[in-house]
Amino acid sequence: MATQETNTTGLLGWIDERFPLTKVWNEHLAQYYAPKNFNFWYYFGSLAMLVLVLQIVTGIWLAMNYKPSAEDAFASVEFIMRDVDWGWLIRYLHSTGASAFFVVVYLHMFRGLMYGSYRKPRELLWIIGMVIYVAMMATAFFGYLLPWGQMSYWGAQVIVNLFASIPFGIGEPLSTWIRGDYVISDVTLNRFFAFHFLVPFILAALVFVHIVALHKVGSNNPDGIEIKKGPKGNRWSPDAPADGIPFHPYYSVKDIVGVVGFFILFLAVVFFLPDFFGYFIERPNFEPANPLKTPVHIAPVWYFTPFYAMLRAVPSFAGTQVWGVLVMGAALVILFFLPWLDRSPVKSIRYKGPIFKVAIAIFVVSFVVLGYLGTQPSTPIATLMAQIFTALYFLFFLLMPVYSKLDKTKPVPERVTQ
Amino acid sequence: MKKLIAAFLLSVAPAVALAAGGGAHLDSANVDLRDKASLQRGAKLFADYCMGCHGLKYARYERVGNDLGMTPDEVKNQLMVAGGKIGDLMKSAMAAADGEKYFGTVVPDLTLATRLRGEDWVYTYLRSFYADEKRPLGVNNIVFPDVGMPHVLAELQGVQKAVFKEEKDKDGNPHKVFQKFEQVTPGKLSPGEYDSAMRDLTAYLSYMGEPMKLERQSLGIKVMLFLVLFLVLAYFLKKEYWKDVH
Repeated sequence: MATQETNTTGLLGWIDERFPLTKVWNEHLAQYYAPKNFNFWYYFGSLAMLVLVLQIVTGIWLAMNYKPSAEDAFASVEFIMRDVDWGWLIRYLHSTGASAFFVVVYLHMFRGLMYGSYRKPRELLWIIGMVIYVAMMATAFFGYLLPWGQMSYWGAQVIVNLFASIPFGIGEPLSTWIRGDYVISDVTLNRFFAFHFLVPFILAALVFVHIVALHKVGSNNPDGIEIKKGPKGNRWSPDAPADGIPFHPYYSVKDIVGVVGFFILFLAVVFFLPDFFGYFIERPNFEPANPLKTPVHIAPVWYFTPFYAMLRAVPSFAGTQVWGVLVMGAALVILFFLPWLDRSPVKSIRYKGPIFKVAIAIFVVSFVVLGYLGTQPSTPIATLMAQIFTALYFLFFLLMPVYSKLDKTKPVPERVTQ
Repeated sequence: MKKLIAAFLLSVAPAVALAAGGGAHLDSANVDLRDKASLQRGAKLFADYCMGCHGLKYARYERVGNDLGMTPDEVKNQLMVAGGKIGDLMKSAMAAADGEKYFGTVVPDLTLATRLRGEDWVYTYLRSFYADEKRPLGVNNIVFPDVGMPHVLAELQGVQKAVFKEEKDKDGNPHKVFQKFEQVTPGKLSPGEYDSAMRDLTAYLSYMGEPMKLERQSLGIKVMLFLVLFLVLAYFLKKEYWKDVH
């Protein structure tokens, strides 16, 4: 490459001789060539990183006043809301941020699904992303216990009891080991707080690995074309892909628009609808945890409800309820195999045929309906619906090797389209 | 773009669906948190009638005084029925164990009552006590059947009885459906005055549930205005940079 990789003079020169600062800056920002045809869906990766930082920063400030004990936890949250300067804002940013994190990550994953961003050579990138998603779910689960409200308590009780359904005498001791007690208690709260503090930093490290992998293979784009395989040479470098533009300043400036747009929606919720109709902060959580009083209706927070609906949809069989847990786990595990399930000759939905478009529409509807059903009390009709949509969710993946091959695809252009 | 928006809306639809509430019909509380006189009346009602048993233990007298526009002396004389210091938490005068002994159930703290149950529930509850000799304390409540507490506001409202209608459900089993209340003996307040007083009390509890609500909303408007302006600038900055990308 013609451009200078190392400064030799000044402070930057001093640093560059000891640490590859200019090199890293160029390789990952100023001379990282991203396809020039990113659309709306390409905002959500940077937004997910932004929300992660927001969660870590607000989380640390909350931890300065939060007390992880069964005796004090609920009151310490109210102390933050009432007596700590700007505590209410930090807390609402954090509670809304948890939901916002899942919103942007679900949209980020859906983008990958639409444009085939998991296909070769990005299989590992997708898998690292899936590990990030699982780590997020774990963090959210640990964090939800901390306010020590009724829904916190009973939600954790239900989820930890899932482990108890494992047969062969493993389940009960395993769930007791997780709780550190026979019921969710002060001991459980302490360890969940420890993990809720720890896992986000692992998450940040995984995000770093995700970006390293991304910059190795290069970004996909809405056309699903490998710009690295196309013609070379652009205004900035004769070796760079012709359809690539430097990430900085082009996408850094564009992402500012995305960030401000996101903040308008996000802060509108924080300032005007922090409970979000009981979906972001559930009403029963305004009552302190009471181990002797089970709420009438226990529902996890919305981002877990599609999986919760699947769990409830599976009947117990052969004297054990472990099947629902297995189905729920399989719904996550199957996503890891997506790169090898898709056999289509093209990556992007733009050049895929009608079968894939119908399939992905059914998949989105299934996920949304399951999400809705997971918030509702179970009735025979709701259970039947959940069973049907659980089946459709799995069929989207299980039949993919067949229909993605059968599907009539359109020819993919040589160069990216605007 | 339409497709994108549709897909986005679809993905957030479950969150937008309203949380359904069950049970009895609730009247709209329609409180105004800006009406400080109403909040002050509510605060006095709470101190006089409720605080003997129910605490507001996450709130502090001093803050409430400041927010409601009361002087420290007014707070001491009107709100601090159990004494103490102005910086104290507003705990109830009754010990928790005593409450359990007297009423057979834990007497709940009410700081977050409106956030747990909703303003309309609280407003309707306060107006839905009726005479019922089957209950140990002689009263029951339509929105909270078999409630453990007596009707402490009876001297204001008087006594009312509930009129039920026999109806058959779809399996043909008779059950009672609440129709209306009928005044048996009058209280110090007329029904209209009592409703108005309960609106004040509900407003006070609504303030209690989220004392920073007005501050949050007014700051929110400023933040939104700033962000919209920022969005315009960011959009034109992006456009300027992207002029040469074809």
